[in-house]
Amino acid sequence: MAKIAYYPGCSGQSTSLEYDLSTRAVCRTLGLELVDLEDWSCCGSTPAHTVNHVLSAALSARNLALAEQQGMDMVTTPCPSCLSNLRTAAHKMEDASFREQANALLDTPCTKNVQTQSVLQILSEQVDPETIRAKVVKPLKGLKVACYYGCIMSRPPELMQFDHHENPMAMDKLMELLGAEVVPYPLKVECCGASYGVPRVDIVTKLSGKLLDAGRELEADAFVTACPLCQMNLDMRQGQINSALKENFRIPVFYYTQLLGYALGIDDKELGFKKLCVNPRPVFDKLKEAAQAS
Amino acid sequence: MRIGVFICHCGSNIAGTVDCESVVEIASGFPEVVFATDSMYTCSEPGQDGIISAIHEHNLDGVVVASCTPRMHEPTFRRAVERAGLNRYMFEMANIREHVSWIGKDKEHNTRKSADLVLMAVEKLRRNRPLVAKSFETVKRVLVIGGGVAGIQAALDCADGGIDVVMVERDQSIGGKMAKLDKTFPTIDCSSCVLGPKMVDIAQHDKITLHTCAEIESVSGYVGNFSVTIRRRATYVDWTRCTGCGICTEKCPSKRSPDTFNEFMGTTTSINIPFPQAIPKKAAINPDTCMKLQKGKCGICAKVCPVGCIDYEQQDELINVDVGAIVVATGYDLFDWHKYPQYGEGRYPDVITALQYERLLSASGPTGGHIKRPSDGKEPKNVVFIQCVGSRDRSVDRPYCSGFCCMYTAKQAILTKDHIPDSQSFVFYMDIRAPGKGYDEFTRRAMEEYGAQYVRGRVAMIYPKGDRLIVRGADTLAGTQVEVPADLVVLATGVEAAQGAVKLGETLRVVPDQYGFFVESHPKLKPVETNTAGVYLAGACQGPKDIPTSVGQGSAAAAKALGLLSKAQLESDPAVSKVNLSRCVGCQKCISTCPFGAIKAVTDRFGNLKAEVIETVCQGCGICTVTCPQGAIQLEHFTDNQILAEVNALCPPKMYVNFE
Repeated sequence: MAKIAYYPGCSGQSTSLEYDLSTRAVCRTLGLELVDLEDWSCCGSTPAHTVNHVLSAALSARNLALAEQQGMDMVTTPCPSCLSNLRTAAHKMEDASFREQANALLDTPCTKNVQTQSVLQILSEQVDPETIRAKVVKPLKGLKVACYYGCIMSRPPELMQFDHHENPMAMDKLMELLGAEVVPYPLKVECCGASYGVPRVDIVTKLSGKLLDAGRELEADAFVTACPLCQMNLDMRQGQINSALKENFRIPVFYYTQLLGYALGIDDKELGFKKLCVNPRPVFDKLKEAAQAS
Repeated sequence: MRIGVFICHCGSNIAGTVDCESVVEIASGFPEVVFATDSMYTCSEPGQDGIISAIHEHNLDGVVVASCTPRMHEPTFRRAVERAGLNRYMFEMANIREHVSWIGKDKEHNTRKSADLVLMAVEKLRRNRPLVAKSFETVKRVLVIGGGVAGIQAALDCADGGIDVVMVERDQSIGGKMAKLDKTFPTIDCSSCVLGPKMVDIAQHDKITLHTCAEIESVSGYVGNFSVTIRRRATYVDWTRCTGCGICTEKCPSKRSPDTFNEFMGTTTSINIPFPQAIPKKAAINPDTCMKLQKGKCGICAKVCPVGCIDYEQQDELINVDVGAIVVATGYDLFDWHKYPQYGEGRYPDVITALQYERLLSASGPTGGHIKRPSDGKEPKNVVFIQCVGSRDRSVDRPYCSGFCCMYTAKQAILTKDHIPDSQSFVFYMDIRAPGKGYDEFTRRAMEEYGAQYVRGRVAMIYPKGDRLIVRGADTLAGTQVEVPADLVVLATGVEAAQGAVKLGETLRVVPDQYGFFVESHPKLKPVETNTAGVYLAGACQGPKDIPTSVGQGSAAAAKALGLLSKAQLESDPAVSKVNLSRCVGCQKCISTCPFGAIKAVTDRFGNLKAEVIETVCQGCGICTVTCPQGAIQLEHFTDNQILAEVNALCPPKMYVNFE
């Protein structure tokens, strides 16, 4: 399989370190060769495109230009927000006059059309499901999970061109492959409150609280996510949600790569379970119980 | 030749952007033009009288009118010149409205282009010859395609007018969509009580022959003399003997057939009579689910049938019939709401269409007229109606309004309250469109007397919570987001062209629009005619329509068909192809290209093979004339020389070539 340029994104260096770690470990185990994009920089995140589209595109395009220089024609990132910025930049730069404006801000212009896809898309489209099934050593049998994709993993559909924009199934299928029971979670693409956690935490506690509530109603043992910000709102702010809504949620929130890594038998240290705020131990206890019973 | 030219102002339609006086001046100098003038409305009575008196005064033998499209007024002006004693083909029309004044604002250019078009018409007219129409007999029988309420009305009106009618219906029974309805708006009268007697009339009228389970295989011929082949699907039941007793349907062990009459709310037996009032009330076997036909085992229906009418060997049957006119009343189908992922794409059983809800309300429906939701059979308390599902939405390529959904939603809200007094209905709408007699009052009644809560806004998503559904949408009047817990969600799915309409249109040479609805001949003045003579439209096949409008159109189409066939003979258009026998080499290329089979091979008295045009069959399309390697076949009124004269008028050639 061809080498793929890997763009970790800023959160992968800090708040979602475990996402970055587990992504690398899973890809290595499944034979996907990720090559770190050298000298990568921030995609512009939310602030850049709310202020200036050209600046935002230039920040993202710098990374696409780097990939081009390093001889790569495909970039992958675990973070849907980075993905959205990189794809938006590539899309907008198809317009010649816009490309000129954005390239004027860059030392090295971005000329080639470098593709960006999420790690989730690559794992679900380029890796044979049977390869994954064959490599599962610790199946997730007995575990009920709710897969939560967040707003932007496959939206807007015209731009992302991946999975179903209202009812995505990529993570559901991966988790089923690992032996987990996937509950028909109806709020897969609902907003968690996103970055409102900083200025208006009440919005996040309300929206994310609703997400957790729907998961509990379906008796999910855990949430599985693919977005650093979603994971943070559901996991780190679960305490805030509990106190704001007078609730008592105790639902662990994993990155899908963590559970994938667990099932593939990757060492816990490489999966960063310790970074999770809500204690995932009940999940592992349940898995071990199920494994012993069978 | 003495030619008169008349330039029409069409009020300000043409004169606004064309200098008509200048066009008159230029046209006066065109070859053989002895008279030119302009008038405010040439098609008006004084306008036509002007043409007639000019013909007499100036002894004209040809007339050019520069005005609008010939599609509307060419017949008008032809009649005018005929009244003045000229042959009607000594007339030409230049379209300086649709082709000039309406599409360009530059007056100088428009004026020059108008003069050019007039010159083309004059040059063609100089080469016109008087042509005389031939008369032919017509078959006094009408084919009605589609047995919904529009088709039923058309058939009954034609039959009552004394004309034989052949009705073809694709389904097992006539009745169409209306037969599935419980009640009708705005009177809340029972749909099948109104329609049922008319269906019986169809069955009993001695002038009507009914073919159900049948479709049109092919149509040939022309106005007054169509020849139609009907394919009647095998029903595996001999309908001449079946009494409709229903014993077979009670005993049939295979109960997996999709219940199309009940809009797929459950299944039915393989041998089935779709509903109690079905016309004809005969049983038919669904071969896809019948165990005898699939696996060769069973045969219970044949054993229990008291008259022995079951025939597992029955084949499709082709029926040929000649008719003089055709009424198309193929109706509509419902928009496939699964295209909206936000409504769950079918994952939630308690999201149903309004037509399915209609079956739940109906006493002959799958729940016996008790509203029970599909998931658990419970009686719903909160019912949410969502309007414009597949209407007025460009994102699903359905920009048009389906017209009657606002009304049936209001009706269903009222009926919900009647059935379940402690229920509450919510209606998500975009605008209320109720422009009919008593219609707006009716929607107000739903709100004011029956307490339906109308929320102006679109629904963003439906998701399950416990055993209920949460409907989330915008309330654009309150400027807020709303979430309504629902026990049942009813979608007002929009109207689409009937499945297979486009294909039928090809068979009948009736053009569908971009959404598959058949195009009428003129949107205002010929609403039930098509551009194919002798083929008429009725009901929703032309565009979304409610029951009264469909019935009105059914009668209108019948009146047109009766009017056509009341003439003893029809006149054929003499603008047809004609073979120059001395040039024809008998290669027969024209015979193989003619789409109407209007050319036959004959031998002349020397035994040479020649082509001959059957004048009444020829439609004047001109394909043969461009096929003929000898230039031997020419379309009268559009000969090569006439068309070249027009081209040459625009781009004067260096050298003239005669192709005749």
